[in-house]
Amino acid sequence: MNSDISQQLQQQVQHAFERKAALSIFAGNSKAFYGRSDARAASAEILDVSGHRGVLNYEPTELVITARAGTPLREIEKLLEENGQMLPFEPPAFSDNATIGGTIACNLSGPRRAYTGAARDFLLGCKIINGKGEILSFGGEVMKNVAGYDVSRLMAGAMGTLGILLEVSLKVLPVAEMESTQLFQCTAAEALDRMHAWSQTPLPLSASSYHDSTLRVRLSGATEAVKAAVDTISGETVTAAEQYWQQLREQRLDFFTEEKPLWRISLASDTVSLGLPADYNEDNCLYEWGGALRWLKSDAPAETIQYAVAELDGHATLFRHDGDNNVFQPLTPGLMRIHQNLKQAFDPENILNPGKLYPEL
Amino acid sequence: MHSPDKTTPEISSDALIDSLQQIIPLDSVLFEKEDLKPYECDGLSAYRAIPLVVVLPETIEQVKQILTLCHQYRVPVVARGAGTGLSGGALPHEQGVLLSLAKFTNIIDINPKRRIATVQPGVRNLAISQAADQYGLYYAPDPSSQIACTIGGNVAENSGGVHCLKYGLTVHNIQQLKIITIDGELLTISGSGLDSAGYDLLALMTGSEGMLGVIVEVTVKLLPKPERAQVILAAFDDVVKAGEAVGNIIAAGIIPGGLEMMDKLAIRAAEDFVHAGYPLQAEAILLCELDGTNEEVSQHILKVREVLKQSGASEVRTARDEAERQVLWQGRKAAFPAVGRLSPDYYCMDGTIPRKQLPQVLKAMADLSAEYELPVANVFHAGDGNLHPLILYDANIPGELERTEEFGGKILELCVEVGGTITGEHGVGMEKINQMCVQFNSLELQQFHAVKAAFDPDGLLNPGKAVPSLHRCAEFGAMHVHKGELPFPELERF
Repeated sequence: MNSDISQQLQQQVQHAFERKAALSIFAGNSKAFYGRSDARAASAEILDVSGHRGVLNYEPTELVITARAGTPLREIEKLLEENGQMLPFEPPAFSDNATIGGTIACNLSGPRRAYTGAARDFLLGCKIINGKGEILSFGGEVMKNVAGYDVSRLMAGAMGTLGILLEVSLKVLPVAEMESTQLFQCTAAEALDRMHAWSQTPLPLSASSYHDSTLRVRLSGATEAVKAAVDTISGETVTAAEQYWQQLREQRLDFFTEEKPLWRISLASDTVSLGLPADYNEDNCLYEWGGALRWLKSDAPAETIQYAVAELDGHATLFRHDGDNNVFQPLTPGLMRIHQNLKQAFDPENILNPGKLYPEL
Repeated sequence: MHSPDKTTPEISSDALIDSLQQIIPLDSVLFEKEDLKPYECDGLSAYRAIPLVVVLPETIEQVKQILTLCHQYRVPVVARGAGTGLSGGALPHEQGVLLSLAKFTNIIDINPKRRIATVQPGVRNLAISQAADQYGLYYAPDPSSQIACTIGGNVAENSGGVHCLKYGLTVHNIQQLKIITIDGELLTISGSGLDSAGYDLLALMTGSEGMLGVIVEVTVKLLPKPERAQVILAAFDDVVKAGEAVGNIIAAGIIPGGLEMMDKLAIRAAEDFVHAGYPLQAEAILLCELDGTNEEVSQHILKVREVLKQSGASEVRTARDEAERQVLWQGRKAAFPAVGRLSPDYYCMDGTIPRKQLPQVLKAMADLSAEYELPVANVFHAGDGNLHPLILYDANIPGELERTEEFGGKILELCVEVGGTITGEHGVGMEKINQMCVQFNSLELQQFHAVKAAFDPDGLLNPGKAVPSLHRCAEFGAMHVHKGELPFPELERF
């Protein structure tokens, strides 16, 4: 299904700009749980991008796909799969309705991220509507492009607060010829040691996780390379591993079912202790990305967790919660000033997803 | 050569020099004509300007004070690394301070476990890999100037190299930056993790050409050195076939570490210069480097050889040993100086195109070459579509530089026309400022100016570079062309 509603969207933004009326950007609604819920958003008009869909350009040998923001993620992944390719950042969808626009706006990446890169790394260009209702294009469909500031990547993770994504161009990669997942029973400290030792050698690693006293490592690449790597790291070869990584990516493992708030903590991979009471209970923590990402289930106050993580130069996001609005790691005053200036530069009337990221934006 | 902008310092030169001497030692403030001369240009020597004063601070605190002073008196500041840039990005401002980061040469820390290195901005690109070598690690982006260019400049330009298709550009290989804003504030951008809270300022700073802040510390990501690297040379009697072969390798599911193409003139120049054993009868050669584990490389060599033969290569040669591999690369790496021996001067362009457009673009360039009566040698990062046409000219012939620049501008406009960009890795600087008017419309340029103002509202950092004023675009008279929406007359002939 192809449809171009960019003019309609532009008119709605222009109209909102004239009236200084807040807009709440919406497409598949698959990640509505993510981000702050601000009072301004409650009364905002819905801007529905889901009707703006369709793949505009895909040529497998160019390794680039361009699609309208409302195109379902599933549709894009299916098309790539038919051509032996993939989105290398393995984005979570959280629902069949997830769109490519929402995926980029949230900049969420899956298990492969630590080894091939994040959503932002594969974003080559985008077309946006800024807060004044202007349609603008940045970047493009080529791998190397340094003309002008990198506004495209600025959009990744901005959660629509700087512009509404209309089209995105992404670099894609071939699917690996072979994958194998190896499993090890060990302590968290042993798991970290192993992951670090392996990541310092040219093994074809593509994912890692540790929880419930179990380390899993995925190897992806040329058949002979994967076979040799399996021999090198040994461990028990996991059957139906694809399903496991899918469940991890979509947060459908048992670990994610509990009622407690879920924190996403990004920090140095070799961090041993988070300096939190919750540390004492290893069952509350799931490691990904060679140790650089920790999912933590904790009732501790946001301030406590974010303070502890700030001490480690990392950042903590309240990923799933009910009501607490301290979702994202507080910024230093200097960085917040730049953020506010940038918000002003793209959305001078502050109408795009106000308060979604920070109350000041 | 560049048009002066509106910025006028609110301090006399003498008072400025005097104030700078209060901040840093006397011998780190240069203002005598003969001391300033070495700073008059960067790697693009066609553009020259003498700065008012050159400063060589060595601490972050000194940089803060210098910027605070310049901010207070509205003095333009141009930051400079090794000055190897090819777009005039470090061209001094005649009424401004040239801020050299040359004394920031410490490697602060290498953390093999986290696979990162924290370095000062004046550390040379290659020095990082050399220092990381003891841990079996290296820093992937390798611009051809890597012996001399500095990491601060690499970040400012988002530098690339020959391994970008597989390993990315600078933006994919850094983790944290420390910058100082024009009002003297130190900002730490991103942290110890793989991502950070808030907007992606790391990406915004990368490639911002010294327009948003001064980089004073860089934390780069390191990669394990591949177990093995092997290179295959393939010769073609037709450049179109060579271009198709590149697509066929990728269609086979292989992402080579490097994939380079050279045309006949470049092959001949390189062969005469370094005797790499290149086939002189070929219209084009491809150099395909495969790296990774032993097993992976072995498997891929067989596959790539087969693909190349099926794509119509007249010769496929695999380097038998490391020495032959080095020789085959030597020819490519020496291509610029080799071409330089054919002609008194050459002008290196840097457009990127979707690879499928290569035949049309090469044909159009050949036509332009005939029209301007200036030969062009082509060296091409084929894997990622980044073209480096080298226009041969003689600066001593009156008018020839101007003709060369006009020809170069046409090539860049052609790149935009086919859906590409005016610069893949060299940056806009002063050189391509007019072509920015072709690639972006006035609303997009205004958005860039608004981004600039979010960091530097007075426009003191590297004024006049990277993003043209709308007035300049009007003067240039260029029409914004976007992905073939306007016909390009040269393209209709074939």
